Amino acid sequence: MTYTQLAVIGVVVVVLIDLFVARTRLVTRRAFWVPYAIIVFFQLVTNGVLTGFAIVTYNGDVIIGESTPVNGPPPFIGEGRLAFAPVEDLLFGFALVLLSLVTWVWLGRRGIQRTPLAGPPIWRRDPEHAKPETASGSRVPGA
Amino acid sequence: MKLAYLGVLAFILLATGWLEIVLRTRVYRRWKRLLITIAVPVVVFVIWDLYAISAGHWGFDSDTTTGIVLPGNLPIEELLFFIVIPIASVLSLEAVRSVKSWPVGDESTHAAGEAR
Repeated sequence: MTYTQLAVIGVVVVVLIDLFVARTRLVTRRAFWVPYAIIVFFQLVTNGVLTGFAIVTYNGDVIIGESTPVNGPPPFIGEGRLAFAPVEDLLFGFALVLLSLVTWVWLGRRGIQRTPLAGPPIWRRDPEHAKPETASGSRVPGA
Repeated sequence: MKLAYLGVLAFILLATGWLEIVLRTRVYRRWKRLLITIAVPVVVFVIWDLYAISAGHWGFDSDTTTGIVLPGNLPIEELLFFIVIPIASVLSLEAVRSVKSWPVGDESTHAAGEAR
């Protein structure tokens, strides 16, 4: 199979796992899509380094675009590439990130280190997420 | 430049690691849950990677990778990639949760409301 085909299948399978197997339903939550938007920006940057400097090279037979050239970087945008990387990498990355987060949330729902919950940021004085016993504890000395 | 790929991975760890302190994500603190979380994508994506390498989908530049290669011609950087990215992803999720308090689905055990 081509990378294009595998990448599409990968996304579909992981979304199905999210919705119907783990039933974490992350793809229905903004608590997933906002972090994902941040992640995909940094993916374009870091993967742009990996692909633009040809640290990782691709075979044109299995992607929409052409093979990574022997001399010089691949196209920055267009010809099946975005920020030097094959567009298939966006699907690959989405599947990897979603599978990771589905696993993390699924474990939490099973009660595996569900707590301590995240937050609050250090600039917030009132720890609204904290358990009562820690809220009055050492977190904000003198407050 | 043998360390180029490793440098990218180090950047990702640094670019997300501060969230643990400043946003109190408490991801590294929940290291058991994190380790199990990493194991799932590692297994799935290493298998994908091994297939892709054997089928010639992609390859790696010997000048910008360490040359340490695991069985199946898998560069050690690739294995580390599938460890670093899940960590960065979970830190991003928990960082947004720290600030926004949007429901993620694990706010209570058996949160799906399944019959129990």
